[in-house]
Amino acid sequence: MQLFPCPFCGPREESEFHYGGEAGNLRPDGEVTAERWAGYLHMRDNPKGPTREIWVHMTCGEFFAMSRDSVNHKVSGSSVLGDVEHGA
Amino acid sequence: MSASRLATGGSDIDRGCPLSFTFDDRRVEGFAGDTIASALLASGQAVVGRSFKYHRPRGIWGSGVEEPNALVDVESAVGRVPNARATTVQAAEGIRVRSVNASPTAETDRNAVLDRFARFLPAAFYYKTFMWPDWHLFEPRIRAMAGLGVVDPDWKPRQVSDQVNHHCDVLVVGAGPAGLAAAASAAAAGHSVVLVDDRTQPGGSLRHRGGEIDGVEGRAWVEAAVARLNSGGQLVLSDTTAFGLYDHNLVALNQRHADGRPDTLWRVRPRRIVLATGAIERPVPFANNDLPGILSADAALSYLRRHGVLVGRDIVVATNNDSAYEPALALAAAGASVMVVDCRREGGAQAKSGIRVLAGRTITAARGRNAVQGVLLDDGTTVAVDCVLVSGGWTPTVHLFSQAKGKLAWSDQLAAFIPGEAIEGIGVAGAVAGTVSLSEALASGVAAAGDFASSSPAPRGTGSEAMLGVVSLWPKPKAKGRVWIDYQSDVTAKDVELAVRENFVSVEHLKRYTTLGMATDQGKTSNLNGLALLADITGRGIPEVGTTTYRPPFTPVPFASLAGSRRGSMHAPVRRLPLEANHRAAGGVFQEYGGWLRPAYYGGGEAGASIQEEARRARQSVALFDGSTLGKIEVIGPRAAEFVDFIYYNTMSTLKPGHCRYGFMLSENGVVFDDGVLVRVDEHRFIVSCSSSHVAAVHARLEEWRQDRFGRDSVYIHNATAQYATLTVSGPNARQVVEALDLGAALDDASLPHMAVAAGRFAGDEVRIARVSFTGDRSYEISIRADRAEALWTRMRQEGRAFDAVLLGLESLMILRAEKGYIVIGKDTDGTTMPHDLGVAGPRTKRVNEFVGRRSLFTEAANSTNRNQLVGLAVREGEAPLATGAHGVEKGGSGLKSIGFVTSNYQSPTLGRPVALALIERGAARHGETIDVQHLGVVRQATIVAPCAFDPEGRRLHA
Repeated sequence: MQLFPCPFCGPREESEFHYGGEAGNLRPDGEVTAERWAGYLHMRDNPKGPTREIWVHMTCGEFFAMSRDSVNHKVSGSSVLGDVEHGA
Repeated sequence: MSASRLATGGSDIDRGCPLSFTFDDRRVEGFAGDTIASALLASGQAVVGRSFKYHRPRGIWGSGVEEPNALVDVESAVGRVPNARATTVQAAEGIRVRSVNASPTAETDRNAVLDRFARFLPAAFYYKTFMWPDWHLFEPRIRAMAGLGVVDPDWKPRQVSDQVNHHCDVLVVGAGPAGLAAAASAAAAGHSVVLVDDRTQPGGSLRHRGGEIDGVEGRAWVEAAVARLNSGGQLVLSDTTAFGLYDHNLVALNQRHADGRPDTLWRVRPRRIVLATGAIERPVPFANNDLPGILSADAALSYLRRHGVLVGRDIVVATNNDSAYEPALALAAAGASVMVVDCRREGGAQAKSGIRVLAGRTITAARGRNAVQGVLLDDGTTVAVDCVLVSGGWTPTVHLFSQAKGKLAWSDQLAAFIPGEAIEGIGVAGAVAGTVSLSEALASGVAAAGDFASSSPAPRGTGSEAMLGVVSLWPKPKAKGRVWIDYQSDVTAKDVELAVRENFVSVEHLKRYTTLGMATDQGKTSNLNGLALLADITGRGIPEVGTTTYRPPFTPVPFASLAGSRRGSMHAPVRRLPLEANHRAAGGVFQEYGGWLRPAYYGGGEAGASIQEEARRARQSVALFDGSTLGKIEVIGPRAAEFVDFIYYNTMSTLKPGHCRYGFMLSENGVVFDDGVLVRVDEHRFIVSCSSSHVAAVHARLEEWRQDRFGRDSVYIHNATAQYATLTVSGPNARQVVEALDLGAALDDASLPHMAVAAGRFAGDEVRIARVSFTGDRSYEISIRADRAEALWTRMRQEGRAFDAVLLGLESLMILRAEKGYIVIGKDTDGTTMPHDLGVAGPRTKRVNEFVGRRSLFTEAANSTNRNQLVGLAVREGEAPLATGAHGVEKGGSGLKSIGFVTSNYQSPTLGRPVALALIERGAARHGETIDVQHLGVVRQATIVAPCAFDPEGRRLHA
């Protein structure tokens, strides 16, 4: 059972969280090619090693970004969603 | 075998406290402190079970969790526990113990004859034989003959298992010398410590092997160390197995209780883990090495010192290391005649007077039928014995370390795998880390505590220190006779050779093909011998062959312990209506719908007839319905209108305050995710009414888009679903009933037309009256504080009486909505249904601003002309309804091809005929066409019609 750091609530067990997707998968608005749209919908890097992901802490409802390693499961940190990653 | 209880001795037993229990209906005497195994040995019971496959007689081999043979079903006041290891269960007065896989008893098993056919039943025989004419003809009898303990299907727990979450600085697994040294050191440094051991008494090897620490006799040192931990407020748990080590240092413990309470599950999250889990003695390979009377040498010493049991009179000890000499000497001193057969040419360095040592010799075979009677040595001589003790070296108990993804390293010196590179946060100490002497073990314990150790020096062994001097004594290919590798799975050396001949040369393949290491003991005694033989046959080194993957649990854990209180109605708790008691009083028959417990229908009559009657009467005058489960998610803020425009497929920002609009929410892939009515309360405040079973998911999506795209400051979302009850009045006379409720709101059609919302009051509480309809008749949904809903419901029923109001359960509501062609998402849609498949194409073609899923509505697949579209299906007069799930079919290719399927079907009491909804290829353009519909091989005809079968002009909604 992994411990994830919710930026709002502190460390909590992984069963309180849902995976939200790879960070940086920005939504392309407007007229985009089918390929670009399919990339947004379906194509994932699925990196082995360090990853940056969006998670949601279901008990407080907050989405946040988390950096962790997909091999050894070490969590290096989490941060509130900001304008940098997901522009308003 | 002639094991017996000695007149004196036995540190664990209380001779003043005798007890008795039954084994295979025979009375067995013992003392408090006995395990079932020690009491059985003391009573001279040689055969305690039958093997899994060949029904070979088996006796007790070990003295702890490693026991491969002595599995028993234990029945006590608590219930029946199958496949318990007799070596780890405490004997208790009156319990009933049965051998496994034996009938009628272990000694007189009637399937014992199977062993004579063993050569027809090699590894994986079921892939090769019993194939003609059909394996299933043989399977039931083969399964009945094989197996282990029996589960009691009627078992009910008398009590719920406790589950405890615990945090501490240091968790030490194993209370032997190394573990105690680690725990004492961490405690002395001021840290909180949990020390667990799977035995009833702490001490590990110090309880039966000699040793002196800092000048104190071993057992006295253990007692003092434990007393210090207890008095210091540390937690010392006995009878507790650490069975799993999971991510981020979570350790799962299962604690057994002697007082009849069910086991307790502990989830411990320490800052540091010390694994002092010891090592397990290995069997020695020779033919018939599974006969009763052949035991682990260390187990024999344990039974002698802890339980005062002498396991035999004429004993041969077969060894490849020094650790067997202490048992040999101790048993000789206790009166047995002992000879050591040491495979090493120089014999044991500790050989002393009183025992004969044959150096450079090995046992080739054991003789005997139901118990060992003699051994054949490699020089051809035979020796008559009643007991053989074996020590093939020690296998470190690396299970938890490996579960933590720790890499193992091969040690030639120890002839075993030991933990390799250290893992952060986990220390290993004692025999599991490869230490041999007491001083090494104690020092490794303190070192394993890492930063949590105190600065005081580690305790030291002050007596003579143990030596090992182990040499390899692995099973050899082409040996004569049947050399057992895995006792519990009945795997012999020949099975391993067979697997290699058939090219199962990976250790993981060997395991699955032969079942080596797959029994309930997970190969604790057998794995290393098995993979050493595999290495030999395939010409590889043992480290090259490697081990199979270690997974939790270390020992079997009762499901009751894992489940805790999450059982029965607590397994997946249902959500309940605030008015459940009122519905029950009115005869409501409840069912679960999408996690909610709701009335399916009312009255004590036959279900089908009651449902038809409710649906019929609802169209005649007025119906009352509890719709409290409908989602009520408030969306508030300066960008709320922009937000709902983005969320919904339909444009919502044009909605006027006091009105509501039906719409779809899509997923980003364009598929309809939910439908419902959006209410605009005022300029900056909306209420999302979503499907009952979708509230949590819709709420999460709203939050996701709000936080991801709109920011926390401009939109606020509040899920108020549980705060309000929503009570619905529907039917031609609905308005008269609502008027009688005296809500203080104008209800005439000019003030409150269809899809309008008004505020009112009932008994001082604000209510919201929404004129929306899921029945197709004029309807008023009245939402009120959940805790004040009862008075409103009671009043509604009173006022309804004058209009012959009927209560609607969910089933009759489903008929009414299907008559109107109103869909239920997930029932009348699937994972490909887009809004234009449901006949709502306007926003797709007209909207210019962005919304969720928009781009997906214009892909090649979305533009396809042969999509499945929502239609109604009509059958010929007098025919029965179509089956839900029946497929529309047409000729295509070599046979029939599906052109869609029936999603809903009901008998309509109002129309006097069945109504059905379906998703049919190109359905919207095919109204009037007759298609074939196939269900369970029967083909019928149905005509495609519009989804709405009742009042298509919508006069009743507005009239």
